[in-house]
Formats: sequence, structure tokens, C-alpha cells
Amino acid sequence: MMGIPGNWRLRKQRYQLAGTRCQNCNQIHFPPRQVCPACKNRQLEDFRLSGRGTVYSYTIIYQSTPKFEFFVPYVVALIDLEEGPRITAQLTDVDPDQVEIGMPVEMVLRKISEQGERGLIHYGYKFRPRIR
Amino acid sequence: MAEILIPDRPVGIVGYGAYIPRYRLPAREIARLWRGTQDAEVLPIDQKSVPGPDEDTITMAIEAAENALSRAAVSPEKIRAVWIGSESHPYAVKPSGTIVAQALGITPNVSTADFEFACKAGTEAMQAGFGFVGSKMADYVLAIAMDTAQGRPGDALEYTAAAGGAAFVIGLAENSLAVLEGSFSYVTDTPDFFRRAHQLYPEHGHRFTGEPAYFHHITHAARKLMEGLNTRPRDYAAVVFHQPNTKFPLKVAKMLGFREEQVRTGLLAPFIGNTYAGASPLGLTAVLDEARPEDRILVVSFGSGAGSDAMSFRVTEAILERRERAPLTRVYIQRAKIIDYATYAKWRNKIVMH
Repeated sequence: MMGIPGNWRLRKQRYQLAGTRCQNCNQIHFPPRQVCPACKNRQLEDFRLSGRGTVYSYTIIYQSTPKFEFFVPYVVALIDLEEGPRITAQLTDVDPDQVEIGMPVEMVLRKISEQGERGLIHYGYKFRPRIR
Repeated sequence: MAEILIPDRPVGIVGYGAYIPRYRLPAREIARLWRGTQDAEVLPIDQKSVPGPDEDTITMAIEAAENALSRAAVSPEKIRAVWIGSESHPYAVKPSGTIVAQALGITPNVSTADFEFACKAGTEAMQAGFGFVGSKMADYVLAIAMDTAQGRPGDALEYTAAAGGAAFVIGLAENSLAVLEGSFSYVTDTPDFFRRAHQLYPEHGHRFTGEPAYFHHITHAARKLMEGLNTRPRDYAAVVFHQPNTKFPLKVAKMLGFREEQVRTGLLAPFIGNTYAGASPLGLTAVLDEARPEDRILVVSFGSGAGSDAMSFRVTEAILERRERAPLTRVYIQRAKIIDYATYAKWRNKIVMH
């Protein structure tokens, strides 16, 4: 389970899909990189992804870790973002039997988990069928 | 007579955005559980909105604010205050505004605060925003009204306690889609509804919530504002009142001399319930979605405890271009998935798991 410092450190990428773009070959990365995996260049700039993409593949989770048991059944998908990166995220605001490969989705910020009743609430990106 | 509230520097709404969660719980489903068929003909609304299991006031505020920023076309770093009115802030201590401002890219050169005044916390944040911009302390303020209201199982308020709200980018009148003509706040110590610290559910004074609370404060705030502006009910294209049910806003409209068609566009309670601090601001978004330039709009909130903020706006030409930049309020209303009471009970933490 991620602690307070870890959650704090990742807040930009979790809240805003903040990745990086290579200033040499223009490849876009998420999560952000220190070195471009395509051309090994170290000159990278911050790049905020649009949050729009399509479902590449998905699975329905019925048996989760205790951290996510409140949400079962839920869908975890591989999402191809418009700018290139393919990322893993939960889908939300959708019935599991409505999910299809190729479905257009958009990022929303939602509760990911809670550190019990007394602890921190973790927020981060999920994806839902596109309405915007 | 007390003068109306209006800053020296003209201000208004530059962008607005709505948010309503996807799920709906029909009132008849609540009645089935607690009343059998006894109240089937006298339910206060058709259905109420329910937040999904991963939603709270913070996540909902972020989406409404994204819509408001899209309509305003203002870059986030120009926002100098993020003020959120709610009675369901997820933390007792830790501001919702910090998370919302961070997620929207507004931090760090910004003031944030959480406002609390039952169902008028949202219009309070708007009033403060008008003052902040009007005083030249800032050019843009983000004021958000959002709630995931709590209702005790079996209580009358369980039928209506809903989730949703709206966000407004407040700025200079010359950039506004609706210019503030004036406002008026009216408050007394009237304990019609309250929730003590550490309690899960609020208490209410049953019929006491009507005459000395809702009707008294709304009529006084509205009349004093209209007197100060020298306007009459027929001058307004639309009026939005706080809407704890369908009946109260229609009744108070009649008391003040408004026709039912002036109320209908902004009356969302029948379809989504009472979104508490979000209610009258959300009604305003539905009115702005259909407004024409030069329309006058009156908004009167009500918060238990008790008080009302009345605000008079005049719509500008900017509405025509900006409203299409984000989803209309009815898109969220129509995105409705009916759930049963068991699902509602699980998601709203009414089932003891540990």
C-alpha cells in the first residue's frame, strides 16, 4: 500500500496524466521518463496527455485485493491514448457487460482507494465512456 | 433599508459547468422498502441522483470545474482562488480545495477554502468570489457548489438527498456571459436542520423547515434584492430557487409573483433530487444552457440554519458561443442508470463490512 510520500510524489501524473515528450524524436511517454526509450535522449519536457483514448483490451475483476473489494465487479482495461502511450486503468461509470474493444473513453479523476477509515483518500485517473 | 451587495468593479460569470453522477434511485424504490404502498401517490420527486462508489464532492467538483474552465477559456494559472461550498467535504480537516486546485493545474499561486452553510454554501462561495474580483484582489475566482448529501435510512429526507452541483469561473463583467446586477444575503438563527460533529446523518425540524425557514428567508432575500434593483418578477426570463423537493420552489415562486414557466427550466429536483449546496447553482446552469442575450435571471439559494443569497444576472452575447464548449446540464441528467436500494446501500456505506 502506497504511503503518504509516495502518493504525494505521484500526484501530477495521477491527477493530470502528466507525462513527458522527447525533445529529439517527439515520442510521448506515460508514466514520465528520465530517458527516452526510443532514442535514449535525456532532454525531455513535461507533457500533459489529453485523456482521450480507446479500449485496447480489458478484463473484469471479481476477486480483488482487499484494497479494491468495495468496487467489485469492476473493469481493468488497457487503453490506447490518442498521443500514443498504452496505459492500464480502471473503467468507471460503465456496466462490465457494456465494455467493448475499441470503445472511445476519456479520463476522469476518481477515488482509487482509501487507507482505511482514518487514512488518506487516494485519487487518480480512471476512464469512462466518452461524453465530452 | 439595507443596500444591495454589488462591487464597484462590475463582475459576472465567465464560465459555468455542471456535474451530476450517472446513477438514479427512484423514490418508489425507497418507498417500497420503508412505506410499502402507503406513500406511492405523494412522493416528493421521481428519482434522485446517487454518486458512484468512487465519487465524492472532490471528484465531482473537479469535473464541474473542468467544464467551467472550458467554457471560460481561461488558463488555470490565472485563477487566484478556489472556493468550494459543500456539506459533504470528504475530510473533516484537509481542504477539498487543495486537491481540486492541484488536479486542475491551478496550484500553487492560489487561495483555497472550503465553505460551509448547509445548502447555501455554494452561493456563499460565489458571493465571496464576486467580492474578490470586484475588489481587484483577483481577476478570476473558481467558485464551486457540490454535494453528496446524506439521508438517514427511512427518514423523509432519504427520498431527496442527492448528489451533484456546479462550478463558476467568476471574472470581470466585460468578459462575462452573465453579468451580476446585484445580490443580497439574508440570515437569521433558525435551526431547521443541522448535523452535529461526528454524526453520520442530519436532524431536521419536520414542518418547521417550511414557513419560518425556507419560505421566510427566500422571500425576504428575493424581495429586498428586487426592491434594491427596482425590478419585478415579470422582468425575469427565469428564476431558480433552492429545491429540496418539487413543491417548495413552485410554492415560493407563486408567493413572490412568478409564473410557473419562469421556474420550470431551472427546476431539476424532480429528475435528480435535492443536491443541497449544488441545487440552485445547478439550476442556474440549466437556465444558462437555454438563455438568450439580455435575459435576466434571478437565483435565490436557501441554507438551513438559516439564510438565503439572492443574485440577479443579465445574460450577454457571450453565452451563445461559450455554452457549446462543455456538456449541457441535460446531458448529465439524461445519462441515467437506475439502481436498486441494495446497490445504493452498499455504495453509500450503509452495509457494515468489518
